[in-house]
Order: sequence, then structure tokens, then C-alpha cells
Amino acid sequence: MIKIVSIGMNHESASLELRECMAKDPGNTDRALSSMRESEFIREGLFLSTCNRVEALFITEDPENAKRSVISMMSRLGEIPEDSFTSSLYDFKDMDAVRHIFRVASSLDSMVVGEPQILGQIKDAYHQAAVEQKTSGVILNRLMHKAFHVAKRVKTETSVSEAAVSISYAAVELAKKIFYDLSGRKILLIGAGEMAELAARHLMTNGVDTLVVTNRNFERAVQVAGTFKGKPVFFEEIVSYLVDVDIVITSTASSEYVITQDQAKNSMKKRRGRPLFFIDIAVPRDVEPSVNDLGNAYLYDIDDLKGVIETNTEQRKQEAVKAERIVTEEVIKFEKWMKTLEVVPTIISLKEKVETIRKAEIARSISGLNGLTPSQIKNIEKLTASLTDKIINDPILALKRIAQRSSRDTYLGMTRKLFNLDKDNNGEN
Amino acid sequence: MVNLLSGIALLLIILATCGFIGYIVKQQKKIFKWSYTILFVGFIFHTLSIGYQYYTLGAVPVISLKSALSFFSWCIIGVYLIFQLRFGLMVLGSFLIPLAAVLMTISYAMPGVEMTIKPLLQSIWLPIHVCALFIGDGMFAVTFIAAIMYLIQERQIKRKTHGSFYSRLPSLETLDSINHFSLKCGFPLLTLGLITGVIYAHYALGSYWQWDQKEVWSLITWLFYAVLLHERLVLGWRGRRAALMSIACFLVLLFTFIVGSLWLSDYHSFRSLQDRAGL
Repeated sequence: MIKIVSIGMNHESASLELRECMAKDPGNTDRALSSMRESEFIREGLFLSTCNRVEALFITEDPENAKRSVISMMSRLGEIPEDSFTSSLYDFKDMDAVRHIFRVASSLDSMVVGEPQILGQIKDAYHQAAVEQKTSGVILNRLMHKAFHVAKRVKTETSVSEAAVSISYAAVELAKKIFYDLSGRKILLIGAGEMAELAARHLMTNGVDTLVVTNRNFERAVQVAGTFKGKPVFFEEIVSYLVDVDIVITSTASSEYVITQDQAKNSMKKRRGRPLFFIDIAVPRDVEPSVNDLGNAYLYDIDDLKGVIETNTEQRKQEAVKAERIVTEEVIKFEKWMKTLEVVPTIISLKEKVETIRKAEIARSISGLNGLTPSQIKNIEKLTASLTDKIINDPILALKRIAQRSSRDTYLGMTRKLFNLDKDNNGEN
Repeated sequence: MVNLLSGIALLLIILATCGFIGYIVKQQKKIFKWSYTILFVGFIFHTLSIGYQYYTLGAVPVISLKSALSFFSWCIIGVYLIFQLRFGLMVLGSFLIPLAAVLMTISYAMPGVEMTIKPLLQSIWLPIHVCALFIGDGMFAVTFIAAIMYLIQERQIKRKTHGSFYSRLPSLETLDSINHFSLKCGFPLLTLGLITGVIYAHYALGSYWQWDQKEVWSLITWLFYAVLLHERLVLGWRGRRAALMSIACFLVLLFTFIVGSLWLSDYHSFRSLQDRAGL
């Protein structure tokens, strides 16, 4: 029996350190995919690794063994012992796995529900699996295309995706309530993350024209600075830039405060009262919360921003319900398709059997019929093919029709017996 | 005649006040436009009323508390109209015009006294002295209102509870710059008013400075504003601190204006101005 299985960890199930271990090397996805391809238990596989999520999705006939091989693969990639992370894993099977991947793709399972980047990341992961490593097959291809379809539906039919956009929108609104005019203002972007970059981009389209980027990993800072036409600086320079910039966006994985109250206090003195707006998107926080108590310093973390936009909670809940309904709808459709998949082998062997008979009969007769022109032979081919097609057409349609019914197995068994599909050799006699 | 004119003015200004309050609640630009027009017409009537008093009195009508309040209210509205042109900040009216309306209502409700004017009050220095001070006070009223709006808005942002004021009030930067701008305009006027007062005193009373209570309090007020302006310009004070300080300054100013004028002052008080005992 073919099973769809998904195992992995996300921001809810696993700590940041653990997720980081798994995601630290960008080459991990390729390694994971080739390891999945080599596993005898896994038929098709996909590996997704983002800063909030590490997840393997695979098709298998032996879920237990396949799971074991994926877990040992994860342990090798993260260079951590298996028992240190197995308790942080979630796993889903069959339609639960389908529902899960649909929810992930529609950003319903994200830390910031509705954030738009996850879909792109899944598309990249799928591209890697389907095109580069060729680890996907019929089922995964269909599943992923359906996942993209669900994500699109959720995006267009509900306002769930507006939530994340509205977080960075709220940040822009706040900045405008503090500064009024954003043109000529400067942003300091500390760390890199989807939400932080989204917020920075939003601020820049609203007039901010200078961006300074820093990261513990300077190369990454250079890279992000490149996409924003900003200026990369060393992580150690943060304090001196606090005097210069107007808006600070932090999003590092640091477990300690990157900006303490003392540092902020000193900078605020040097700023001579010019307001400074901190947007702390990191979890755990990067900026010491008491910074908000300093005069002319305003600190908003992700929960504050969420709080700002959650004025219309009731409507938001309604939209979430709508999104879940869309997911369920699509899961049911996919389930139907999966079931038709189970009648497919019977249909194929039925077609093959008929085709073999036809070919064999033609080969036998044609030798006795000399002097036929090629066009006549062609006509005979055509005639016999249409004859056999028509004979098995109704049985095939009937099989497809009963694919979703509980009596399916009886029908399949009967078909295989009637046409003797399982014992071909005996049937010939 | 004066009563009729200022009565119409008061009616229109109260109507405009209701409109301005309606505007901040409903946030409809149409309401603002109507209120602004009504206010402007009211201001014209008010101006006529004051002009008429000036014409009959031959001096700026500020020698009783009734007329002084009315004149102060006129200055506030005038300053607001200028600020509206300068900043286009509609919500400012919702805070400032009620203040002007209250002052004007008090003025209107006070019993009218027949005003006679002594030749001493008919000097070129007096209108300059009075107008500079009153328009300066109008400016400071804007400073004060902007400071209050700043504190409300800052509180909303700091507390992260964005109530109904959050979207209606302008940005901190805007409020701070209005505060700064009106302070910069008001301070030279206050200074001019004090200097012309001193010069006038020299001509009228023969001495520059008499240590009159109102003089002393005016000087204290001037010092308060001087400190605020200094801190702003030199030390770069902004935001909350500057707002708190401008509120303190305005309270001193109000004290000087009302208490100083009514009870403490010697020759500046309205009673003495009326009783012909002073000056």
C-alpha cells in the first residue's frame, strides 16, 4: 500500500538551536535528497529546509523503515544524535500529510501566518527535487502542484495572507506616526529574515532611502545589502550606527539581547532626542524590552505589531476558518485522485493484456496472408486496435467509477480473475 | 451693536466647534470644510466686533477681563487660521477651537461694563504692546495644545494600545514641529510685547519698571519660555520633555494672565483700569 508521509520540525515543535543545526548548511537539501533517493524504502522524496522548518515529505510502501532512514539521515545532516531530536519531530501520514503540506504551502502553519515567502521556498524545494535531483514522481508531482493550487486559492479567496503583509504595513504606519515623512530616513537591518526583509522593503517603498545591513555572518550581510542596494557593516558596528539611523529592524537568531538598554540609552543621549524606532521581529527578542521606556525610543516586537493589527479578531478568525475549509476541500479531492491511482495498475495490466493478445494474433495471421499492401496492413492494425479498445472501454470506465467506493477491492479482484491478469502464463494455455 | 456682532460670532464659533468635534469623531473631510467655513465667517464677525470696539474706544479693547478674553479668543482663532494655511493640519482645530470657544463664551457671559478710556491709554505703544502679547499668547496656546496632543499620541505609541486617537492624531514629528514653530513665533512676540510695555511705561508712568506683580510674573513667564526655547535650540530638547515643559510654561502664562490681572497686579489689573485708580 502506498503511503504519503511527512516528518519534520517547525517553530512550534523544535527549539531554534535545533532548527539551526538542521538548516545551517545550504547544501543539506541536496544531500538529503540524494540520501532519500538511495534509500530502498523511499519511492519519491522532497526536502524542505527554511529558518523555521525542516521537513521531509516522501512516498513509501514501508512507512516505518522509511521513517527510520529519514531520521538517521537528519541526524547525519545536523550532526546530532537521533534521540536528541526525535521528540521534537512531528509526523503525518496519508491524508494528514497531504493536509499538512497544503497548510504549509498556504502559510497557515507559519510562525507568522500568511507570510508570503514560504510558498516560494516550497517551490524551490520542489524544483530541487523534481528537476535537479529527480526524486519526485507521479504522486509527489501531483501533490505539490495541488499544494501550489491550494496556496493560490487561500491567497485569493481569503484575507489570511494580508495578516503578514499587514504586520510590515503596521510597521510602516507606526513609522509614519513617529516620523511623518519617511523620506531621507535610514534603516539599520540587523540579521536577516523573511519578515525583517519584508518590513525593510515596505519601508523603502514608502520613502526610506538608506539601508544599512549587518549580520554576524558578514557575507550574508553583503548579500542582503546587495538586494536592497544597502551598505553592509560589521556586527560590532551596531552601537555606532544606532546614533545615525532612524529605524532599527532586528531579526537575528541570537538567544541574548543584541541591543541592551544601556547601549540604547547611550545612543539616545548622542542622538539629542531624535526619535529612534526599533522593530524587533526576532523570537527570542533581540532588543531589551525596557528600551521602550527610554525617552524618544519606541520599541515594537512581533507580538506588539500583531496586537496592533488584531483589532478585527473576529473577522480574522472567519478568514482562518475559510482557509481551513479550502484546505479540507482540496484534501478530499486529492484523496479521490489517490484512490483512482489504486485502480490504475489493474487498468494498465488489462490494457497490456489485450494489446499483447492483439499483437500476437496479428503476427500469427499476417504470415498466412501474403500479398497485402502496407496500407492494408495498416488498416488491419487500425481495425483490431479499435476493436480491442472498444471491448475493454466499458470495463475500464466501470473501474474508474468504482475507484472511490468501498466495493473497489471486490471489483478489482473480480476483474483480475475474469481477465486472468495475475497468472498470465497459465491463462495462455 | 458690539453685543450683536460678538453674539453672532460666538454662535458661529460654537457651531464650528461642534463641527470640529464632529470631524474628529467621524473623520469626514466634508464636516471639516463646513466647520472651517463657519469658523471663518465667525472670525469675520468677531473681527468686526473688535474693530467696532476699537473704533468707539480709540484703543485696543482689552481693558476689562470680558474684552480681554474675547480678544484672546480672537487671537487664538486667528493664529489657528494661519496655522491651518501653514500646516494644513485639520485635527489641530478640533483641539484649539474648543479652547477659543470656551474663552469666548466666558467672555460673553460676563456682565458688560461701560468702558471709558483715559487719554493715557491712547498711545501708539499700547496697541503694539497688547497685540504682540495677545498674538504671542495665541501662539503659545498652539504650543500648549500641540504639546497635549503630542503626549496623548506618544502615550498611545508607547503603550501599544492604539485607541481611537491613534489614527486621528498626526505624527509625533508633526506635533513636535508645530510645538517648535509656534514657540519660535510666540517668543519674539512676547519679547516685543514686554519691551513695548516697558517703553510705554516709561512714557506713561515715567519709569521703565515698577515691580508690579504682573510685570514680575510676565518676566517669569518670559524666562520660562526662554529656557524652553534655549533647551530646544541649544540642547536639542524634543518630544516629551519639550511638550511637558511647554505645558508648564503655558500654565505659568495662564496664571499671569488671569490671576495676575485680577488680583495681584497693581496698575495692570482690570479693576484698576476700570476704576481709574491706576495709571
